[in-house]
Amino acid sequence: MIAFSAVSILLIITIFIFGEGMPVMVKYGLRKFLFGLDWFPLERSYGLLPMIIGSLMVTGGALVIGVPFGLACAVVLTEFSSKRLRRFLKPIIELLAGIPSVVYGFIGVVILIPFIRDHLGGPGFSVLASSVILGIMILPTIISISIDSLEAVPRTYREGSIALGATRWQTTRMVMFPAAKSGIIASIILGMGRAIGETMAVIMVAGNAATIPRSLLDPVRTLTSNIALELGYAAGEHRQALFATGVILFVIIMILNTIANMTSRKRRP
Amino acid sequence: MSEAVVRAENFRHFFGERQTLRRINLEIRRNEIFGIIGPAGSGKSTFLRALNRLNDLVPGSRTEGTLEVCGQDIYGPGTSVVELRRRLGMVFATPIPLPRSIFENVAFGARMAGVKGRARLNELVADSLRKTALWEEVMDRLDSSALKLSGGQQQRLCLARILALKPEFIMLDEPTSGLDPISTMKIEETLRQLQSEFTIILVTNNTKQAARVADRTAFFLNGEIVEVDRTEKIFSAPSDQRTNDYILGKFG
Ligand SMILES: Nc1ncnc2c1ncn2[C@@H]1O[C@H](COP(=O)(O)OP(=O)(O)OP(=O)(O)O)[C@@H](O)[C@H]1O
Ligand SMILES: [Mg+2]
Repeated sequence: MIAFSAVSILLIITIFIFGEGMPVMVKYGLRKFLFGLDWFPLERSYGLLPMIIGSLMVTGGALVIGVPFGLACAVVLTEFSSKRLRRFLKPIIELLAGIPSVVYGFIGVVILIPFIRDHLGGPGFSVLASSVILGIMILPTIISISIDSLEAVPRTYREGSIALGATRWQTTRMVMFPAAKSGIIASIILGMGRAIGETMAVIMVAGNAATIPRSLLDPVRTLTSNIALELGYAAGEHRQALFATGVILFVIIMILNTIANMTSRKRRP
Repeated sequence: MSEAVVRAENFRHFFGERQTLRRINLEIRRNEIFGIIGPAGSGKSTFLRALNRLNDLVPGSRTEGTLEVCGQDIYGPGTSVVELRRRLGMVFATPIPLPRSIFENVAFGARMAGVKGRARLNELVADSLRKTALWEEVMDRLDSSALKLSGGQQQRLCLARILALKPEFIMLDEPTSGLDPISTMKIEETLRQLQSEFTIILVTNNTKQAARVADRTAFFLNGEIVEVDRTEKIFSAPSDQRTNDYILGKFG
């Protein structure tokens, strides 16, 4: 019953977004939306390419930062530290997921932006800043789900490998990781979902220029920011174009999820 | 009589406060099949796992006294546990193939030990599988998952996996407890054939199995060795009443 209503709510949302967003896309042509470079809503120019690229860059950057770091943390906590330490640290890490994104954004503005501006150049508000903040924000998801899936690997696998004279690190790499792979990939997919959907923190540190960034130090605007920044005052066709942005975001998330699911299924032994 | 390759002197083992092995004194000789019998919880597995230091994985595990393998105190300084574990291959009660192909399972230990080159690995894998009489059954599907094998085949795979390490010892912890009589027979057969090359330590909760394959047998009870002797002697004229009772199935 609950599952059913969850599904139907999702369905209603989908229909609503598509219903609001499709007409304007049909009117100007999908191609204009997907590949148009200029976002000037007042001049009826609705090119979303900069935001599409922005979202992908920022999400990719978040994964590049968050995944290795998160997995490293998970491995250290499960394979190389005591159970007590893990029992103590894991809830704290999970607590980090509950911090409102405004706070992450604020920390970014106060610490990260000046740091990038002073040491690397550019305005500070940038792809890099957004990637770092998002990378940190997805850490709890990746760490906590990866720990769960590493812990769920039968103890006998580890023992079997160690008894064969494998070192702990070899065991982790060759046995634990492959055995926990589906859970780890799930954690990455969830992290990715969180990164691509995050809005507030990104708006605060990204600079939000609706142009394709030419370097990691340039400002960037994501699809979610685009909606959040302008929905407040948009009307008419402009408003519909923002819904169209939502449609595209929706489709991108679907595509990424499918790809991630497929790769995880294909590699299973 | 051949030389002693394992020697325990007043060896004791603890999991935290709990003592699991008390004053173990025992010798295991080269190329014998050494049986260990005893009721559940008597410390048989703990003793095996003390020999390859697998107990080290349990926090709070510690030992006293000496336990020597080929004259070297394995709890003394300068022991490489990784090397020790390669010298004393271990087969567990439940076969635990890694979730990989048959080939990769057998090659795993050797790979970890730094053996490289497809040709060498191929030969090693084929050789190990032949010795465990598994080769004919799996030679045409070496790349399929090891988890698809039957329980008996998996257990022989685990044995082959150890042979690929070229160990000096083979330790088996109730290797046939989950297997049917035919698979059990095959394993026992294999062990007899391997005896010329290896020293074999066989823990079993099936006293008949010890009677069938072991040259000498030790009876463990509550972490102590009650009796060690030639297997015929243990089963025909044990010197301790408790051994007799256990063999007759009066407890355990
Ligand atoms: N990881 C562990 N932590 C604490 N105590 C343990 C652990 N493993 C075993 N023990 C204890 O050590 C004692 C000996 O256990 P062991 O597994 O060696 O018995 P066993 O003779 O192999 O029995 P079985 O026939 O059931 O396999 C038991 O009392 C058991 O409770
Ligand atoms: Mg046992």
